[in-house]
Amino acid sequence: MQPLTTEQIRAVIARGKLRDTIFKALGIFCLAIALLVIVALIADMAIKGSERFTLDFFLNFASRRAAQAGILSAWVGSLLVMLVTALAAVPLGVAAGLYLEEYAKRNWLTHIIEVNISNLAAVPSIVYGLLALGIFVYQFGFGQSILSAGLTLALLILPIIIVSTREAIRAIPAMIREGSMAVGATRWQTCRYHIIPYAMPGILTGVIIGLARAIGETAPIITIGALTFIAFLPPAPFTGEPPAGLFDWVFAPFTVMPIQIFNWTSRPDPAFEINAAAAGFVLMVMVLSMNAVAIYLRYKMRKNIKW
Amino acid sequence: MQIHDNPALKAEARNLNFFYGEAKALKNINMPIYDKKVTALIGPSGCGKSTYLRSFNRMHDLYPGNRYEGEIRFFPDNTNLLSSEVDPIEVRMRVGMVFQKPNPFPKSIYENVAYGLRVRGENNKRVLDDKVEHALKGAAIWDEAKDRLSELASNLSGGQQQRLCIARALATDPELLLFDEPTSALDPIATAAIEELVHELKKRVTILIVTHNMQQAARVSDYTAYMYLGEMIEFGKTDEIFIKPKDKRTEDYITGRMG
Repeated sequence: MQPLTTEQIRAVIARGKLRDTIFKALGIFCLAIALLVIVALIADMAIKGSERFTLDFFLNFASRRAAQAGILSAWVGSLLVMLVTALAAVPLGVAAGLYLEEYAKRNWLTHIIEVNISNLAAVPSIVYGLLALGIFVYQFGFGQSILSAGLTLALLILPIIIVSTREAIRAIPAMIREGSMAVGATRWQTCRYHIIPYAMPGILTGVIIGLARAIGETAPIITIGALTFIAFLPPAPFTGEPPAGLFDWVFAPFTVMPIQIFNWTSRPDPAFEINAAAAGFVLMVMVLSMNAVAIYLRYKMRKNIKW
Repeated sequence: MQIHDNPALKAEARNLNFFYGEAKALKNINMPIYDKKVTALIGPSGCGKSTYLRSFNRMHDLYPGNRYEGEIRFFPDNTNLLSSEVDPIEVRMRVGMVFQKPNPFPKSIYENVAYGLRVRGENNKRVLDDKVEHALKGAAIWDEAKDRLSELASNLSGGQQQRLCIARALATDPELLLFDEPTSALDPIATAAIEELVHELKKRVTILIVTHNMQQAARVSDYTAYMYLGEMIEFGKTDEIFIKPKDKRTEDYITGRMG
C-alpha cells in the first residue's frame, strides 16, 4: 500500500471529525431533552403555584378553601419523618456496610446477603408499606404514627445506605488499612480512626440521596395510613398530655408533602391545583437543596483526604 | 555456618512454608535475623521476598486463605510469631513495618506519628508530644516537620512522607523493623536519605529490608539473603554474598545475568 498523501490524510481526518461532531450534537440533544423536561416541570409548578408563595401557605393547615389551605402539617410531618428515618437508617446501614466490608468472612452466606441487599433496593416501595403495616402499625402497636412512617422509609433506604457505605469503604486504599494494622491496631481501631472518617463523604452522599428518595415516597406512607387531612401539629417535646415526654411526637398522626399534593390533585375544585403545584415546587426545592448539601459536604470533606 | 562470630539472634525462620490458598509461595525457609543488624532480602520479582517479610508481622492474616507452616522464633523470649496462639496484634506491636509506597494517613503529621501510641491507649498530651518529637528526630525529619506538626501529612514530599512513616513505626519502639522496598517510589536524593537513616537506626533496632536494588543491599546491609522462586538460595554476610557467592544462581543474579 502506498503511503497517503497529505491531502488524503487530511480527508481521512475530516471524515473522522465529522463523525465526532455528529455524535457530540446527538449527545447534547439527548442531554437537553432530559434537562428541559425537568426545568419545564419545575417552571410549570412555579408559575402555576406562584400565587400561593406566601408565608401563609407555609403556616396554614389544610383547609376546605383552597386559597387558605397551607402545607404546615405536611412539611413539618415530612421533616419529622425524615428525622426518624435518618436516625434509624444511618446507624443500621453504616454498621451493616462496615461489617460486610471489614469484618465478614468471604463465604457463600455473605455472598447471599450481598446479592439480597441489591435485591432489596429493587423491591417496590408499596411492598415495604405492606410489611410496615403488618409489623410496625399492628404487631409493634406503633399505630399510624410518625414513628411507623419513619421506620418504613428507613427500611426502604437501608439498601442505598449500605451500598454507598460499602463503595465508600472500598475506595479506601488497602495500604491505609495495612498501615493502621501494622502499628498494632485492632479492626475496630482501624475502622474508628480511619475507615469511618475517610468513608464519611461517600456515606453522607448515600444518606442524603436515600433521604431525598424517601421524602418523595407516597405509596408506603399511604399504606400505613397517614392522614390526608390534618389540622394540628405533633406535640412539641414536654407539651403533650401529661406525663409529657421528649418523644411524644413520634406517636402522633401526621401527613407528609407528597400525600398533601396527592390529596389536592384529587379534589374536584380546580383552585386546589394551584396548591398542588405550589406544594410540588416546595417539595422539589427540598429535594434539590438536600442534594446541594450532599455535594457541598462531599467537596468539603474530600479536600483533606488524599492518598 | 560459623556461629561463634555472629551476634545474638533476634529472630529465626525455621522450616517456614507459606501458602496463598493452594499456591506455595515460600518453601522451607531457614534463616537467622541478627540483633541490631540490617538484613537485606534480594531476588527477582515474585521470588517471595515480600511474602516472607510480611510473615514477620502476620500481615497475611488480614486476608483470607493464607496459611503458614513452620515457625518464626522471636528472641529473647523465644515466641513463635506464627503460632495460632499468638495474637497477630501482639506481633505487630513488637514488629514495625514501612511500606513500599509512603502511606501516611490523611491526618496531621502529629497524629500520624501519635497513632501507634493512641492505639496502645496513650492519651497523655505530654507523653505523646515527647514521643512524637523523639520519633520524628529518630527518623531524621524533625527539622523539616517541627513547625508544621498540625499540617496534613500529604503536604510533605514523597521522601518526607516515607520518613514520616518510619517515624510512625519508630514511635512505638519496635524490636524489629520491616522495610518493604522503602525507596522504590522515591528519587535518588530521598533514597540516599532513607539509606543513611537505616544505617543510623540499626543502633537501636533490628532491620529486615526487602530491596530490588542490589547496590542498596550492598550499601545498607550487614547480611544478605538471596531468594528465588520462594526458596532461600543463599544467606550470608553481605560482603561475602557480593564478593564470592557460593551458589551459581546468586552469582548470576548479582552479576546481572538474571532477574
